[in-house]
Amino acid sequence: MTEIFGIPIQALMGQLVLGLVNGSFYAMLSLGLAVIFGMLNIINFAHGAMYMAGAFFAWMGLTYWGIGYWWALILVPLAVGVVGIVIERTMLRWLYQLDHLYGLLLTFGLALMIEGVFRYYYGASGLPYSIPEELTGAINLGFMFLPKYRAWVVVVSLVVCLATWFVIEKTKLGAYLRAATENPRLTQAFGVNVPLMVMLTYGFGVALAGLGGVLAAPAYAVSPLMGSNLIIVVFAVVVIGGMGSIMGSILTGLSLGVVEGLTKVFYAEASNTVVFVVMVIVLMIRPAGLFGKEK
Amino acid sequence: MSMPTEYLKISGLHAFYGESHVLHGMNIVVNRGECVTLLGRNGAGRTTTLRAVLGLTGRRTGSITVNGEEVIGMATHKITRLGIGYCPEERGIYSSLSCEENLLLPPQVGSGGMSLDEIYTMFPNLAERRHSQGTRLSGGEQQMLAMARVLRTGAQLLLLDEISEGLAPVIVQRLAQIILHLKEKGFTILLVEQNFRFAAPLADRMYVVEHGQVAAEIHQHELEEKRGFLQEVLGV
Repeated sequence: MTEIFGIPIQALMGQLVLGLVNGSFYAMLSLGLAVIFGMLNIINFAHGAMYMAGAFFAWMGLTYWGIGYWWALILVPLAVGVVGIVIERTMLRWLYQLDHLYGLLLTFGLALMIEGVFRYYYGASGLPYSIPEELTGAINLGFMFLPKYRAWVVVVSLVVCLATWFVIEKTKLGAYLRAATENPRLTQAFGVNVPLMVMLTYGFGVALAGLGGVLAAPAYAVSPLMGSNLIIVVFAVVVIGGMGSIMGSILTGLSLGVVEGLTKVFYAEASNTVVFVVMVIVLMIRPAGLFGKEK
Repeated sequence: MSMPTEYLKISGLHAFYGESHVLHGMNIVVNRGECVTLLGRNGAGRTTTLRAVLGLTGRRTGSITVNGEEVIGMATHKITRLGIGYCPEERGIYSSLSCEENLLLPPQVGSGGMSLDEIYTMFPNLAERRHSQGTRLSGGEQQMLAMARVLRTGAQLLLLDEISEGLAPVIVQRLAQIILHLKEKGFTILLVEQNFRFAAPLADRMYVVEHGQVAAEIHQHELEEKRGFLQEVLGV
C-alpha cells in the first residue's frame, strides 16, 4: 500500500475528507455569525443551539410526522429562521445600542435554556438519524472510498457559502446589506428599511445554522450537546478569520477543518487543541484575524 | 387637494442628543422651489436641525411637516420616502461600496430623478471612477458623489450639509452652478453653510441660528443693509 510520511494514503485521505466535512460545518456556522455580528453588533452565542435545534427539528419531523430528509433540508432552516426572527423582535432589538457584552450574555442564556429543554425531553445520549437512501454507500475513487454523504455535505455547504458570498458582495441587496453594516443610520436616512433588514439578517444567519443541523443529523448523532461542543471551535474560527469578513469565515472554516483532520493523522493527541493553538498564534501576529481589518 | 407652498415647516422643534438639549424651539419654513440657508457658528444647531428632520437625533418634540404631512413620530426611512434627499456633513461615502454602488444605493423616493447617464454627464469624474472604492475618491469627488447620490432618487427636498467644506475654490464654484441649476429645475433646497460667500448668492432667504433657535431671518434683498449685523453674528 502507498504511504506518505509512513501514513497509509487511505487513512490520510479519509481524515482529509472528514476534516473537510467538519470544516464545512465550521464555515457555515462562522459565516452566519459573521453576518449577524456585522449587521446586529451581536455575538450570537445561541448559534450552536440553533444548529442543534436544526438537527432536532429534522429528527422530530421524521419521527413524529414522517417528514423525510429532503423536505427537512428546506423546512427546517425556515422554521429555525422564524424562531430567530421571534428572538430578534422580542429580545435582541433592545440591545443594539448597548455594549457587545449584553448581547453575548443574553444569547448565551438563551443557548443554555434551549439546550436544557431538549436535554429534559430527549436526554443527552443522542438519537440516530439515518442517511437518506440516495446518499448511502461510497464512491470508489481508485485511491480511496469516498462516502457519498460526506461528499454531499461538503458540496452543499460550499454551494450555500459561495451563494451567500455572491449575494452579499455582488448584488444590489448585498449593497444594502454592506451599507447598513457600515453606517446603519445613514442608510436608513436614504430610505432603506434597515430594521427590517436587521431582522431578516438574524433570521437568515440562524437559518444557516439550522441547515447545518439538518446536514449534521445523519453524520453525527442528534444530541442536545452537539451545539455547545461545536460552537466553541466555531468561535475560534471566527476569531482566526477576523470578525465580519464573509470570505474569511468560509476559507478559515474549511481550512481549519482540514488542519484538524490532518492533525488527527499525524499527532492525534493534539487534534482537539490544534484550532486553539492556531488561534493563539494568529492573535499574536494579526490581532484582527487573518482577513479582518484593523480599526 | 392643492399642494401646500410650505414644503418643509418646522415649528417649536426641540431636539436632544441623550441628555443634552440642542434645539430650543426652532421655527423654519421652506417653500416649494425655494433655496434657504441656515447660517450660524459651529455648534449653533444647524446640522442638528437637518438631522432632526430625518429623525437622526435622539428625542424630538414640536412639529415638522413635509409636504403637509407630520413626521415627528415617523421612522427615518419613511420620512425619507416622502421625497427627501440628504447629503450629510461627513459626506457618508461607504468604503464597502464602489463609487457606482454608492451612487445607486439610495432607493427611489419620487419620480423624475436623474438617470445615471445624466448624472455622469453632470459629473464626468464619477463616470471615470465608477469602479473605484467609494472612499478612495478625492475629497472633491466624494462631495460630488454625495450630491449626485441624492439627485438620482427623485427627491424634491434636498437637505445639504456643508457641501462646500474643505473643497478647492474651483470645485466650490462648480457646486454653486449645480445648486443654481437645481433651483431652475424646481428643487426645494435647505442648505447648511459655513461659507457665506458661497451661500449668499444662492439663497432666497437665510436664517441665522444661534443657541438652537432662529435669531434672525434675512431675505436676499436685505443682504446689503444687514451685512454689518451678519459680520457681527457670524464673524465673517
